[in-house]
Amino acid sequence: MARAWVFGDDLDTDQIVPGRYAPFMVGQDRFYQYAFCDARPSFTKEVRPGDVLIGGENFGCGSSREYAVAALRKLGIGGIVAKSFARIFFRNCINLGIPVVESAEAVSLVRDGDPVTLDLAAGVLRTPNGVAVLRPLAPFAQELLNAGGVVSYLREHGDFPKVR
Amino acid sequence: MIGKTVAEKILSRVSLRAQGPLARDARAGDLVIVPISRVMVHDSVIDAVMAGMRELGKERVWDTSRVAVFVDHAAPAPTPVVADSHRTLREWVREQGIATFYDAGEGVCHQIMVEEGYCEPGTVIVGSDSHSNSYGAVGAFGAGMGATDIAVALALGRTWLRVPQSIKVTFSGRPRKGVTMKDAVMRVVREIGTDGARYACVEFHGAGNLPQGDRITLAGMTTEMGAKAGIVVGTPEAPDWLFPDPDAAYANEIRIDLTALEPQIAVPPRIDQVVDVSEAIGQPVDVVFLGSCTNGRLVDLRQAAAVLRGQRIAAHVRLEVVPASRRQFEDAMADGTLLALSAAGAVIGSSGCGPCLGRTGGVLAGHEVCLSTANRNYKGRMGSPDASIFIGSPYVAAVAALTGVIDDPRPYLEATDDEFAALVARRRADRPERGAASVRSGDRSRELLVAAARSGVAMEIDD
Ligand code: SF4
Repeated sequence: MARAWVFGDDLDTDQIVPGRYAPFMVGQDRFYQYAFCDARPSFTKEVRPGDVLIGGENFGCGSSREYAVAALRKLGIGGIVAKSFARIFFRNCINLGIPVVESAEAVSLVRDGDPVTLDLAAGVLRTPNGVAVLRPLAPFAQELLNAGGVVSYLREHGDFPKVR
Repeated sequence: MIGKTVAEKILSRVSLRAQGPLARDARAGDLVIVPISRVMVHDSVIDAVMAGMRELGKERVWDTSRVAVFVDHAAPAPTPVVADSHRTLREWVREQGIATFYDAGEGVCHQIMVEEGYCEPGTVIVGSDSHSNSYGAVGAFGAGMGATDIAVALALGRTWLRVPQSIKVTFSGRPRKGVTMKDAVMRVVREIGTDGARYACVEFHGAGNLPQGDRITLAGMTTEMGAKAGIVVGTPEAPDWLFPDPDAAYANEIRIDLTALEPQIAVPPRIDQVVDVSEAIGQPVDVVFLGSCTNGRLVDLRQAAAVLRGQRIAAHVRLEVVPASRRQFEDAMADGTLLALSAAGAVIGSSGCGPCLGRTGGVLAGHEVCLSTANRNYKGRMGSPDASIFIGSPYVAAVAALTGVIDDPRPYLEATDDEFAALVARRRADRPERGAASVRSGDRSRELLVAAARSGVAMEIDD
């Protein structure tokens, strides 16, 4: 079962990976080891592939830096459930193949460290305190995610999905 | 059927023109695949963009004449690592055969994109920088995107967009002397917050006739509201069709009376934590930054020079001035504004982003306080995470440099020479001792100003 990592509102990309640890500062093989290094120092030691991030409003706001999302992908984050997402962060996640889904109640239902199951097919997040309903993703975004992101989708199909 | 917003009109038009299975009459909430009239790429993301294109298996950009590349974010290169990345960028530009390339010192990407005419009104432009919303200053739908999106745009010449809802901001009246459109747009951020326009397009009404620079300030600041785009309606560049229908539907409407507006100050560490200047008077500052894509133009520099009146800035304060582009730099040189600022004690940096994002050109030390004319004040933005950044207009910046504290610029603009001297003396005396007073090297300020006046350079600065 996945562990839930719970964050509040307005989590910005500087908290995910601070600018001073950008790939061009510390290298492609190291930048992701600094994920949440200020905000949650134990994160990279304890996170396991498939773990789920939970957040409030405006998750991923701030700079457009894609390496924040690249770091989460590198660490194998299974998905992010938040009340709402900042727009560039949302796109970056879909493009890099990380499921990002909105849910009004997840953040109040889940406590940090809870075991949770992100069931995208059923459209729910199962938690010890009940089930949070997820807002369905647009079929277009779902197609990109199914392929593992926009790059693998385009490599396979040569063009954007023909669904909206 | 209800009418369309400007965003709906642009996205309908480009999408229908593109034909194909996904062409559609676009309404808020629809997903469209749209052709891009230009892609903007800047220095700090080039490695990731090149990696994205490699992964896509694409060697060449779709149309070299529609790609514009800039070295501005950390320029001239502050470290060997950055210098190497710039070299990689230049090699890539040459291999690709991209002619629209602006190297270090030419200026901030957004300023050049607009002032050199790369933003066709009514088209979609994507940029690797979040403030690409700026292109709405001339009626283009400009959106910032991450490196993979930019790589895809470069490879295909198209992108996917969810058609945004729109927020209508209407300005009325004229701002009083000493109050600017920077204050106006900060008032909007104050009203709706940093996510008040998330996924939305902010449509500005009552601003179409303003100078282009003011319109860039407005459109660019919509990024700080979380917006996908910001568009000024009714600009001289825009074609006739580029108006919203009278019955277009808006998610929110905001009205700002400019006549009643006071100068606005954003208090660290949030850009939506905005107060009237009267609530921030007396706040000491160590560094003043006058520049950025938000306020680095000739008009901004002239406003600052108008406040300074040939006086030297406070001895404990550093003033960093960075013109937004070479054109602005040279205009400010030609009319004596840069001379006036230098004589006042400013450090003039080469055109570009300068210290705005804390990579080069006078970054902040721990516990320093900065008054910046840029657009972001979050923790660590301009250097040390322990520094704090207040954001204001060029007028406010000039007063802060002059006195060492935040103050209302309006009395300084109206004062007689004696009153002016008294205002400055009072605030300087109020300022707690901090930092160390710097000696002015080669202090010929009076001679220079006199010479400038004789040679016909307009030192009587009137905005
Ligand atoms: S001047 Fe500042 S806000 Fe504008 S593009 Fe440069 S770094 Fe970004």
